[in-house]
Amino acid sequence: MIFMSDSEHPVDLKSYIRRCAVILLAVICTTSLMIATSFSHIGTGWTARVAIILGIASVNAFLVAGYLMHLLSEKKMVYALLAFTVFFFIGLLGLTIWASNDFPPGTAMH
Amino acid sequence: MEIPYTVQPRPDTGIYNAKVGIWLFLASEVMLFGGLFSAYILLRVGAEPGMWPHGWLNVTLGTVNTILLALSAITTLLAWVACKVREFGKFKFFHACTILLALTFLGIKSYEYRDKLIHYEIALTSGKFADGHLVEKSKDFDLAKKTGTVTLHGHIVEDRKELMDLRSPEAQAAKHTDITIAAADIKKMENYAPRHNTFTAIYFTLTGLHALHILGGTLVIFYLWGPGSKMWFTDHERFTNRIEVSGLFWHFVDLVWIFLFPVLYLT
Repeated sequence: MIFMSDSEHPVDLKSYIRRCAVILLAVICTTSLMIATSFSHIGTGWTARVAIILGIASVNAFLVAGYLMHLLSEKKMVYALLAFTVFFFIGLLGLTIWASNDFPPGTAMH
Repeated sequence: MEIPYTVQPRPDTGIYNAKVGIWLFLASEVMLFGGLFSAYILLRVGAEPGMWPHGWLNVTLGTVNTILLALSAITTLLAWVACKVREFGKFKFFHACTILLALTFLGIKSYEYRDKLIHYEIALTSGKFADGHLVEKSKDFDLAKKTGTVTLHGHIVEDRKELMDLRSPEAQAAKHTDITIAAADIKKMENYAPRHNTFTAIYFTLTGLHALHILGGTLVIFYLWGPGSKMWFTDHERFTNRIEVSGLFWHFVDLVWIFLFPVLYLT
Protein backbone atom coordinates (compact mmCIF):
# COMPACT_ATOMS: atom_id res chain seq x y z
CA MET A 1 0.00 0.00 0.00
CA ILE A 2 1.30 3.47 -0.94
CA PHE A 3 0.81 6.38 1.44
CA MET A 4 0.39 10.05 0.62
CA SER A 5 3.44 12.09 1.56
CA ASP A 6 1.91 14.65 3.90
CA SER A 7 -1.04 12.78 5.31
CA GLU A 8 -1.22 9.16 6.24
CA HIS A 9 -4.08 8.10 3.98
CA PRO A 10 -3.39 5.11 1.77
CA VAL A 11 -3.54 5.74 -1.98
CA ASP A 12 -5.24 3.18 -4.19
CA LEU A 13 -6.05 3.99 -7.83
CA LYS A 14 -9.23 1.90 -8.01
CA SER A 15 -10.72 3.38 -4.84
CA TYR A 16 -9.86 6.87 -6.13
CA ILE A 17 -11.61 6.16 -9.42
CA ARG A 18 -14.72 5.08 -7.50
CA ARG A 19 -14.55 8.19 -5.31
CA CYS A 20 -14.07 10.41 -8.36
CA ALA A 21 -17.06 8.81 -10.12
CA VAL A 22 -19.23 9.66 -7.10
CA ILE A 23 -17.95 13.25 -7.07
CA LEU A 24 -18.53 13.65 -10.82
CA LEU A 25 -22.07 12.35 -10.41
CA ALA A 26 -22.64 14.78 -7.52
CA VAL A 27 -21.27 17.68 -9.59
CA ILE A 28 -23.58 16.77 -12.50
CA CYS A 29 -26.56 16.53 -10.10
CA THR A 30 -25.83 19.88 -8.44
CA THR A 31 -25.29 21.53 -11.83
CA SER A 32 -28.62 20.14 -13.07
CA LEU A 33 -30.29 21.39 -9.90
CA MET A 34 -28.87 24.90 -10.47
CA ILE A 35 -30.18 24.93 -14.04
CA ALA A 36 -33.59 23.64 -12.93
CA THR A 37 -33.76 26.36 -10.24
CA SER A 38 -32.77 29.00 -12.76
CA PHE A 39 -35.54 28.05 -15.19
CA SER A 40 -38.22 27.30 -12.59
CA HIS A 41 -40.94 29.84 -11.86
CA ILE A 42 -42.33 28.27 -8.72
CA GLY A 43 -43.33 31.08 -6.41
CA THR A 44 -39.80 32.28 -5.57
CA GLY A 45 -38.56 35.75 -6.36
CA TRP A 46 -35.38 36.54 -8.24
CA THR A 47 -33.33 37.19 -5.07
CA ALA A 48 -34.37 33.89 -3.48
CA ARG A 49 -33.58 32.02 -6.68
CA VAL A 50 -30.12 33.60 -6.92
CA ALA A 51 -29.47 32.69 -3.26
CA ILE A 52 -30.52 29.07 -3.90
CA ILE A 53 -28.36 28.81 -7.05
CA LEU A 54 -25.31 30.25 -5.27
CA GLY A 55 -25.97 27.92 -2.32
CA ILE A 56 -25.92 24.93 -4.66
CA ALA A 57 -22.77 26.29 -6.33
CA SER A 58 -21.15 26.44 -2.87
CA VAL A 59 -21.97 22.75 -2.32
CA ASN A 60 -20.36 22.06 -5.70
CA ALA A 61 -17.30 24.06 -4.66
CA PHE A 62 -17.11 22.19 -1.36
CA LEU A 63 -17.01 18.87 -3.22
CA VAL A 64 -14.13 20.03 -5.41
CA ALA A 65 -12.17 21.75 -2.62
CA GLY A 66 -12.88 19.14 0.06
CA TYR A 67 -12.32 15.96 -1.90
CA LEU A 68 -10.35 16.77 -5.06
CA MET A 69 -8.04 19.31 -3.38
CA HIS A 70 -7.93 17.20 -0.19
CA LEU A 71 -8.86 20.21 1.92
CA LEU A 72 -10.70 17.97 4.37
CA SER A 73 -7.40 16.40 5.39
CA GLU A 74 -4.86 19.18 5.02
CA LYS A 75 -2.19 20.55 7.35
CA LYS A 76 -2.75 23.44 9.77
CA MET A 77 -0.55 25.69 7.67
CA VAL A 78 -2.93 25.47 4.70
CA TYR A 79 -5.96 26.10 6.91
CA ALA A 80 -4.24 29.17 8.38
CA LEU A 81 -3.52 30.51 4.89
CA LEU A 82 -7.11 29.90 3.88
CA ALA A 83 -8.46 31.59 7.01
CA PHE A 84 -6.50 34.75 6.12
CA THR A 85 -7.74 34.48 2.52
CA VAL A 86 -11.37 34.21 3.63
CA PHE A 87 -10.92 37.17 5.99
CA PHE A 88 -9.45 39.41 3.30
CA PHE A 89 -11.92 38.17 0.67
CA ILE A 90 -14.87 39.10 2.88
CA GLY A 91 -13.18 42.43 3.56
CA LEU A 92 -12.71 43.01 -0.17
CA LEU A 93 -16.35 42.31 -1.00
CA GLY A 94 -17.65 44.05 2.12
CA LEU A 95 -15.67 47.26 1.68
CA THR A 96 -16.56 47.50 -2.00
CA ILE A 97 -20.27 47.01 -1.36
CA TRP A 98 -20.15 49.31 1.68
CA ALA A 99 -18.59 52.05 -0.43
CA SER A 100 -20.98 51.57 -3.34
CA ASN A 101 -23.40 54.23 -2.03
CA ASP A 102 -20.68 56.53 -0.80
CA PHE A 103 -21.18 59.33 -3.34
CA PRO A 104 -19.66 62.79 -2.97
CA PRO A 105 -22.17 65.48 -1.84
CA GLY A 106 -24.20 66.86 -4.73
CA THR A 107 -23.98 63.76 -6.93
CA ALA A 108 -27.01 63.59 -9.25
CA MET A 109 -28.99 60.38 -8.75
CA HIS A 110 -31.10 58.87 -11.56
CA MET B 1 23.54 23.32 -3.99
CA GLU B 2 20.36 21.40 -3.28
CA ILE B 3 17.06 23.23 -2.94
CA PRO B 4 15.65 22.33 0.49
CA TYR B 5 12.22 20.88 1.16
CA THR B 6 11.20 20.07 -2.40
CA VAL B 7 10.16 16.60 -1.24
CA GLN B 8 10.34 16.41 2.52
CA PRO B 9 7.95 18.54 4.59
CA ARG B 10 9.51 21.59 6.23
CA PRO B 11 9.38 21.06 10.00
CA ASP B 12 7.73 24.39 10.84
CA THR B 13 5.03 24.35 8.14
CA GLY B 14 4.50 20.59 7.94
CA ILE B 15 4.41 20.66 4.12
CA TYR B 16 6.96 20.94 1.33
CA ASN B 17 7.80 24.44 0.09
CA ALA B 18 6.12 24.29 -3.31
CA LYS B 19 2.82 23.49 -1.65
CA VAL B 20 3.09 26.54 0.63
CA GLY B 21 3.95 28.53 -2.49
CA ILE B 22 0.97 27.34 -4.52
CA TRP B 23 -1.46 28.00 -1.66
CA LEU B 24 -0.09 31.54 -1.27
CA PHE B 25 -0.44 32.02 -5.01
CA LEU B 26 -4.00 30.70 -4.92
CA ALA B 27 -4.78 33.11 -2.07
CA SER B 28 -3.67 36.00 -4.32
CA GLU B 29 -5.80 34.55 -7.13
CA VAL B 30 -8.84 34.51 -4.83
CA MET B 31 -8.32 38.25 -4.29
CA LEU B 32 -7.92 38.86 -8.03
CA PHE B 33 -11.14 37.09 -8.96
CA GLY B 34 -12.80 38.43 -5.79
CA GLY B 35 -12.19 41.98 -7.01
CA LEU B 36 -13.79 41.19 -10.34
CA PHE B 37 -16.71 39.41 -8.73
CA SER B 38 -17.35 42.43 -6.50
CA ALA B 39 -17.18 44.61 -9.64
CA TYR B 40 -19.82 42.34 -11.17
CA ILE B 41 -22.07 42.69 -8.09
CA LEU B 42 -21.75 46.49 -8.17
CA LEU B 43 -22.53 46.67 -11.89
CA ARG B 44 -25.47 44.35 -11.49
CA VAL B 45 -27.14 46.01 -8.51
CA GLY B 46 -26.41 49.43 -10.02
CA ALA B 47 -28.10 48.63 -13.34
CA GLU B 48 -31.40 50.32 -14.11
CA PRO B 49 -34.41 48.02 -13.66
CA GLY B 50 -34.88 45.83 -16.74
CA MET B 51 -31.56 46.87 -18.26
CA TRP B 52 -29.38 43.98 -17.04
CA PRO B 53 -29.20 41.23 -19.67
CA HIS B 54 -30.81 37.91 -18.85
CA GLY B 55 -30.53 34.74 -20.92
CA TRP B 56 -27.89 36.13 -23.27
CA LEU B 57 -25.55 33.18 -22.84
CA ASN B 58 -25.96 29.63 -24.09
CA VAL B 59 -26.74 27.51 -20.99
CA THR B 60 -26.19 24.24 -22.87
CA LEU B 61 -22.63 25.20 -23.82
CA GLY B 62 -21.97 26.51 -20.31
CA THR B 63 -23.20 23.22 -18.84
CA VAL B 64 -21.01 21.18 -21.21
CA ASN B 65 -18.02 23.30 -20.19
CA THR B 66 -18.86 22.81 -16.49
CA ILE B 67 -18.86 19.04 -16.93
CA LEU B 68 -15.68 19.14 -19.04
CA LEU B 69 -13.85 21.08 -16.31
CA ALA B 70 -15.16 18.77 -13.57
CA LEU B 71 -13.95 15.77 -15.60
CA SER B 72 -10.56 17.39 -16.15
CA ALA B 73 -10.25 18.08 -12.41
CA ILE B 74 -10.83 14.38 -11.83
CA THR B 75 -8.32 13.24 -14.47
CA THR B 76 -5.76 15.62 -12.90
CA LEU B 77 -6.31 14.00 -9.52
CA LEU B 78 -6.07 10.53 -11.04
CA ALA B 79 -2.81 11.50 -12.79
CA TRP B 80 -1.41 12.40 -9.37
CA VAL B 81 -2.66 9.11 -7.88
CA ALA B 82 -1.02 7.28 -10.80
CA CYS B 83 2.25 9.01 -9.81
CA LYS B 84 1.76 7.87 -6.23
CA VAL B 85 1.27 4.24 -7.25
CA ARG B 86 4.05 4.55 -9.85
CA GLU B 87 2.05 3.70 -12.96
CA PHE B 88 3.63 5.78 -15.71
CA GLY B 89 1.24 4.67 -18.47
CA LYS B 90 -1.81 5.64 -16.46
CA PHE B 91 -0.23 8.98 -15.52
CA LYS B 92 0.31 9.71 -19.21
CA PHE B 93 -3.24 8.65 -20.06
CA PHE B 94 -4.95 10.71 -17.37
CA HIS B 95 -2.95 13.85 -18.08
CA ALA B 96 -3.52 13.47 -21.84
CA CYS B 97 -7.25 13.40 -21.01
CA THR B 98 -6.84 16.59 -18.94
CA ILE B 99 -5.13 18.37 -21.84
CA LEU B 100 -7.80 17.26 -24.34
CA LEU B 101 -10.62 18.30 -22.01
CA ALA B 102 -9.00 21.69 -21.42
CA LEU B 103 -8.56 22.28 -25.15
CA THR B 104 -12.20 21.32 -25.76
CA PHE B 105 -13.23 23.80 -23.06
CA LEU B 106 -11.24 26.54 -24.78
CA GLY B 107 -12.71 25.56 -28.17
CA ILE B 108 -16.25 25.91 -26.83
CA LYS B 109 -15.39 29.22 -25.16
CA SER B 110 -13.96 30.51 -28.46
CA TYR B 111 -17.17 29.47 -30.22
CA GLU B 112 -19.20 31.41 -27.62
CA TYR B 113 -16.98 34.48 -28.09
CA ARG B 114 -17.39 34.27 -31.88
CA ASP B 115 -21.16 34.03 -31.42
CA LYS B 116 -21.10 37.28 -29.46
CA LEU B 117 -18.78 39.04 -31.89
CA ILE B 118 -21.02 38.32 -34.92
CA HIS B 119 -24.15 39.29 -32.95
CA TYR B 120 -25.21 42.87 -33.75
CA GLU B 121 -27.62 45.37 -32.29
CA ILE B 122 -28.60 48.04 -34.79
CA ALA B 123 -30.35 51.27 -33.79
CA LEU B 124 -32.48 52.29 -36.74
CA THR B 125 -33.34 55.83 -37.77
CA SER B 126 -37.01 54.89 -37.27
CA GLY B 127 -36.34 54.52 -33.53
CA LYS B 128 -36.65 50.73 -33.64
CA PHE B 129 -33.88 48.22 -32.98
CA ALA B 130 -32.75 45.30 -35.12
CA ASP B 131 -30.94 42.50 -33.34
CA GLY B 132 -29.41 39.32 -34.69
CA HIS B 133 -26.42 37.49 -36.08
CA LEU B 134 -24.61 38.86 -39.07
CA VAL B 135 -25.39 37.00 -42.30
CA GLU B 136 -23.62 39.27 -44.75
CA LYS B 137 -22.59 42.81 -45.59
CA SER B 138 -22.85 43.99 -49.17
CA LYS B 139 -19.51 44.77 -50.83
CA ASP B 140 -20.23 48.49 -50.88
CA PHE B 141 -21.41 48.57 -47.24
CA ASP B 142 -20.01 51.65 -45.53
CA LEU B 143 -21.76 53.02 -42.48
CA ALA B 144 -19.97 56.40 -42.63
CA LYS B 145 -20.86 56.97 -46.30
CA LYS B 146 -24.33 55.42 -45.78
CA THR B 147 -23.91 53.04 -48.72
CA GLY B 148 -24.80 49.36 -49.11
CA THR B 149 -26.81 46.96 -46.98
CA VAL B 150 -26.31 44.56 -44.08
CA THR B 151 -28.27 41.35 -43.51
CA LEU B 152 -28.92 39.98 -40.03
CA HIS B 153 -30.67 36.81 -38.95
CA GLY B 154 -32.79 38.12 -36.11
CA HIS B 155 -35.75 40.32 -35.37
CA ILE B 156 -36.81 43.96 -34.93
CA VAL B 157 -38.14 45.38 -31.64
CA GLU B 158 -39.74 48.67 -30.70
CA ASP B 159 -37.86 49.20 -27.43
CA ARG B 160 -34.27 48.29 -26.53
CA LYS B 161 -35.52 46.87 -23.22
CA GLU B 162 -37.11 44.01 -25.16
CA LEU B 163 -33.60 42.79 -26.01
CA MET B 164 -32.54 42.50 -22.37
CA ASP B 165 -34.50 39.46 -21.22
CA LEU B 166 -34.19 36.69 -23.80
CA ARG B 167 -35.96 34.25 -21.50
CA SER B 168 -39.15 36.35 -21.44
CA PRO B 169 -42.19 34.83 -23.22
CA GLU B 170 -42.10 37.70 -25.76
CA ALA B 171 -38.46 37.03 -26.63
CA GLN B 172 -39.10 33.29 -26.84
CA ALA B 173 -42.04 33.87 -29.17
CA ALA B 174 -40.15 36.26 -31.46
CA LYS B 175 -39.65 34.93 -34.98
CA HIS B 176 -36.12 35.28 -36.33
CA THR B 177 -35.77 35.86 -40.04
CA ASP B 178 -33.20 37.33 -42.42
CA ILE B 179 -33.53 41.13 -42.30
CA THR B 180 -31.75 43.31 -44.83
CA ILE B 181 -31.12 46.89 -43.68
CA ALA B 182 -29.83 49.76 -45.78
CA ALA B 183 -26.89 51.67 -44.29
CA ALA B 184 -28.89 54.86 -44.73
CA ASP B 185 -31.44 53.52 -42.21
CA ILE B 186 -28.83 52.81 -39.55
CA LYS B 187 -28.19 55.24 -36.72
CA LYS B 188 -25.77 53.02 -34.78
CA MET B 189 -24.46 49.50 -35.32
CA GLU B 190 -22.57 47.62 -32.66
CA ASN B 191 -21.66 43.99 -32.04
CA TYR B 192 -21.79 42.30 -28.62
CA ALA B 193 -18.11 43.00 -27.94
CA PRO B 194 -16.90 44.11 -24.46
CA ARG B 195 -17.67 47.77 -25.27
CA HIS B 196 -21.35 46.99 -25.98
CA ASN B 197 -22.53 47.33 -22.38
CA THR B 198 -21.38 46.66 -18.81
CA PHE B 199 -22.60 43.05 -18.96
CA THR B 200 -20.53 42.15 -22.02
CA ALA B 201 -17.58 44.07 -20.51
CA ILE B 202 -17.60 42.09 -17.26
CA TYR B 203 -18.50 38.85 -19.08
CA PHE B 204 -15.48 39.08 -21.39
CA THR B 205 -13.22 40.22 -18.54
CA LEU B 206 -14.19 37.43 -16.14
CA THR B 207 -14.33 34.61 -18.67
CA GLY B 208 -11.30 35.93 -20.58
CA LEU B 209 -9.18 35.97 -17.44
CA HIS B 210 -10.45 32.50 -16.57
CA ALA B 211 -9.67 31.25 -20.08
CA LEU B 212 -6.13 32.64 -19.74
CA HIS B 213 -5.77 30.62 -16.53
CA ILE B 214 -6.99 27.52 -18.38
CA LEU B 215 -4.47 28.18 -21.14
CA GLY B 216 -1.62 28.71 -18.66
CA GLY B 217 -2.55 25.60 -16.69
CA THR B 218 -2.77 23.56 -19.89
CA LEU B 219 0.73 24.66 -20.91
CA VAL B 220 2.14 23.63 -17.52
CA ILE B 221 0.32 20.29 -17.61
CA PHE B 222 1.48 19.74 -21.19
CA TYR B 223 5.08 20.38 -20.12
CA LEU B 224 4.76 17.94 -17.21
CA TRP B 225 3.11 15.39 -19.51
CA GLY B 226 5.77 15.78 -22.22
CA PRO B 227 9.37 16.92 -21.71
CA GLY B 228 8.98 17.47 -17.96
CA SER B 229 8.02 13.83 -17.39
CA LYS B 230 11.70 12.83 -17.64
CA MET B 231 11.89 13.70 -13.96
CA TRP B 232 9.67 10.67 -13.27
CA PHE B 233 12.76 8.50 -13.75
CA THR B 234 15.31 10.75 -12.00
CA ASP B 235 13.47 12.25 -9.02
CA HIS B 236 10.08 10.58 -8.77
CA GLU B 237 8.95 12.12 -5.45
CA ARG B 238 9.69 15.64 -6.59
CA PHE B 239 7.90 15.00 -9.88
CA THR B 240 4.85 13.72 -7.98
CA ASN B 241 4.85 16.92 -5.93
CA ARG B 242 4.96 18.97 -9.13
CA ILE B 243 1.90 17.10 -10.36
CA GLU B 244 0.15 17.77 -7.05
CA VAL B 245 0.95 21.50 -7.18
CA SER B 246 -0.18 21.87 -10.80
CA GLY B 247 -3.29 19.87 -9.87
CA LEU B 248 -4.11 22.29 -7.04
CA PHE B 249 -3.95 25.16 -9.52
CA TRP B 250 -6.19 23.25 -11.92
CA HIS B 251 -8.78 22.57 -9.20
CA PHE B 252 -8.77 26.28 -8.34
CA VAL B 253 -9.53 27.11 -11.99
CA ASP B 254 -12.40 24.62 -11.80
CA LEU B 255 -13.61 26.28 -8.57
CA VAL B 256 -13.70 29.70 -10.24
CA TRP B 257 -15.78 28.29 -13.10
CA ILE B 258 -18.17 26.68 -10.58
CA PHE B 259 -19.14 30.23 -9.56
CA LEU B 260 -18.75 31.89 -12.96
CA PHE B 261 -21.24 29.54 -14.60
CA PRO B 262 -24.23 30.24 -12.32
CA VAL B 263 -23.42 33.94 -11.93
CA LEU B 264 -23.13 34.67 -15.65
CA TYR B 265 -25.34 32.01 -17.27
CA LEU B 266 -28.06 31.25 -14.76
CA THR B 267 -28.89 34.35 -12.71
